[in-house]
Amino acid sequence: MKIHEYQGKQIFAKAGMPVQDGYVFDKIEDAETTIKRVQEDFNTEDVVVKAQIHAGGRGKGGGVKYSPNFDSALENAKNILGMNLVTHQTGEKGQLVRKVYVTEAFDIAEEFYAAITLDRGKGMDVFMVSSEGGVEIEKVATETPEKIVKVWIDPLLGMKSFQARKLAYGLVLPKEAFKSAVKIFMQMYQTYQQIDATIVEVNPLILTTDDKVVVLDAKVNLDDNALFRHPDIAEMRDLNEEDPNEVEAAEYNLNYIKLDGNVGCMVNGAGLAMATMDIIKLAGGDPANFLDVGGTASAETVKNGFRIILSDENVKAVLINIFGGIVRCDRVANGVVQAVKELGLKVPVVVRLEGTNAKEAQVILAESGVSIIPAVGMKEAAQKVVKAALSA
Amino acid sequence: MSILVKKESKVVIQGITGSEGQFHGGQMLDYGTNVVAGVTPGKGGQSTLNDRVPVFNTVEEAVQEKGANTSIIFVPPAFAAEAVIEASCAGIKVVVCITEGVPVHDMVKVKKVVDQNETRLVGPNCPGIITVDECKLGIMPGFITKKGSIGVISKSGTLTYEAIDQLVNVGLGQTTAIGIGGDPIIGTTMKDCLEMFEADPETEGIVMIGEIGGQMEIEAARWAKDNVSKPMVGFIAGQTAPPGRRMGHAGAIVSGGDDTAEAKMRILKESGIGVAESVADIGDLMKTAMENK
Repeated sequence: MKIHEYQGKQIFAKAGMPVQDGYVFDKIEDAETTIKRVQEDFNTEDVVVKAQIHAGGRGKGGGVKYSPNFDSALENAKNILGMNLVTHQTGEKGQLVRKVYVTEAFDIAEEFYAAITLDRGKGMDVFMVSSEGGVEIEKVATETPEKIVKVWIDPLLGMKSFQARKLAYGLVLPKEAFKSAVKIFMQMYQTYQQIDATIVEVNPLILTTDDKVVVLDAKVNLDDNALFRHPDIAEMRDLNEEDPNEVEAAEYNLNYIKLDGNVGCMVNGAGLAMATMDIIKLAGGDPANFLDVGGTASAETVKNGFRIILSDENVKAVLINIFGGIVRCDRVANGVVQAVKELGLKVPVVVRLEGTNAKEAQVILAESGVSIIPAVGMKEAAQKVVKAALSA
Repeated sequence: MSILVKKESKVVIQGITGSEGQFHGGQMLDYGTNVVAGVTPGKGGQSTLNDRVPVFNTVEEAVQEKGANTSIIFVPPAFAAEAVIEASCAGIKVVVCITEGVPVHDMVKVKKVVDQNETRLVGPNCPGIITVDECKLGIMPGFITKKGSIGVISKSGTLTYEAIDQLVNVGLGQTTAIGIGGDPIIGTTMKDCLEMFEADPETEGIVMIGEIGGQMEIEAARWAKDNVSKPMVGFIAGQTAPPGRRMGHAGAIVSGGDDTAEAKMRILKESGIGVAESVADIGDLMKTAMENK
């Protein structure tokens, strides 16, 4: 799960980290009062107006504006709220800005980078800092890898202060700022652990002209599998930032991701679902979605999956590919028949069923009277569905 | 011979009285797996699965009383990490964790513990292991397999079944099939499996099925280049997956660089592994490779 910058900063602030803070508004009539409150509470004339969306690259896309006074802040706030922000992470269609964060502004002497995430290869968390902040870290990693300092953290010991010092030495800081950075890094690691984060990233972490170290941005991603032990954080979920079909699918325990093609697919198992998308492409088609109905697909889940796939207007044909292990193909077949009868057959449907009770399933489909196209093997299934989509 | 599990493996089922444990416990017994004990805290002293399996409160008791040396875990995600550690500390040698949705922070700690104790953990979030006609330590449908000479390694469940089905269709049976799971942190890597299959005299060819995300396929391929003498066929799922989106498996996410399907397929080819461009070609490619070896 992703959360907004302002929510990440709330979590950081609670852990004692010095953050650039402010207030959020989501209705334009609240813009004036929000800006004034920030100016008063943080004793500042200049503020920063920041779009809150679940994607990086907001500054480059025009979603973050320094505003030297009230009038410019209000103008920026009006421009940013409701804008369609396009960044390298949103894709071409961009993301509508529904929330705006107005914060205090700092005089920046230097910008750094700090992040913790899992190093899958080592099976340990890695804490990375760089003196090159404010830019894309991938760029630093390829061009000047020597400017990134890393420490790997023993999961049974946790981060030790010598490791935090090593990171802070890597940034070359004045004495008081050095102490502050060490403390921030320890707090950042504790937060990462405490909230079951998959990534916490501060880019930039700044040194102000008066030698303070401040968190200027916060990217926090959480482990969905651990949200059950963090009900307070689970509440921060912003469904507006997610695809409504994906949200609905999740309610039915379906794993759905919308793509841009026209061949819908419903598969059991994530690996087989990806392989099915791939073979559709190889057959000359374009997958419209990823949909994993999981290990316990019932008639009900199949029906819901079918409905979600068909709600995408681009879909010209559907491929159902089930390899029954635990999932019994006859149940899936019943679900398909039920779904077709209830929802109508708007597009051609190709069905490939293999494994447990596959024969019974074929009988059910054949006797149902619904005009689905049966297929044997994945290759034939892909060819048939692509042909059907092209002639639709 | 085979790898990891065989007829003599003495299996304890952790979470045996839950619905998953009951269903799959029964299936495993029917397959012929030597299930000697079950564990559910608080239910020790009972017996279950039509009186065929005694239940203990702790894994330690199952080890002491019944000589269990292999475990399979069907406990809910919040308790799965603890269950693995319990098995590891009780001296179990091979642990399969079926549970899906184990928090990754838990797994980072578990991994360290099982490594220190030299426990062979497979999973979590995996279909388990099957040594054909001997021991099913997992949830895969046993009837699709056929005894033979191919070792199968995969991150995914149903894609493993697909590969097994294709192998059977071209007349190739299997020694052991192992689903290692699709989570970011798992106990047994593809390279670990390759090492075991290479060392197993009965295994004559290897199918390795990977997907986008992580570096595991690349590590395995580079190792195979210099160390695997047997014919190998590889497949990578997720050629059409968009970057930055998690495709079902927690670990299946393209984050840039070498973890795309394209990059992995290239490195597999460079390492001398026959790469199936299409999932439908796995069986045929393996057949050709076996004929040409």
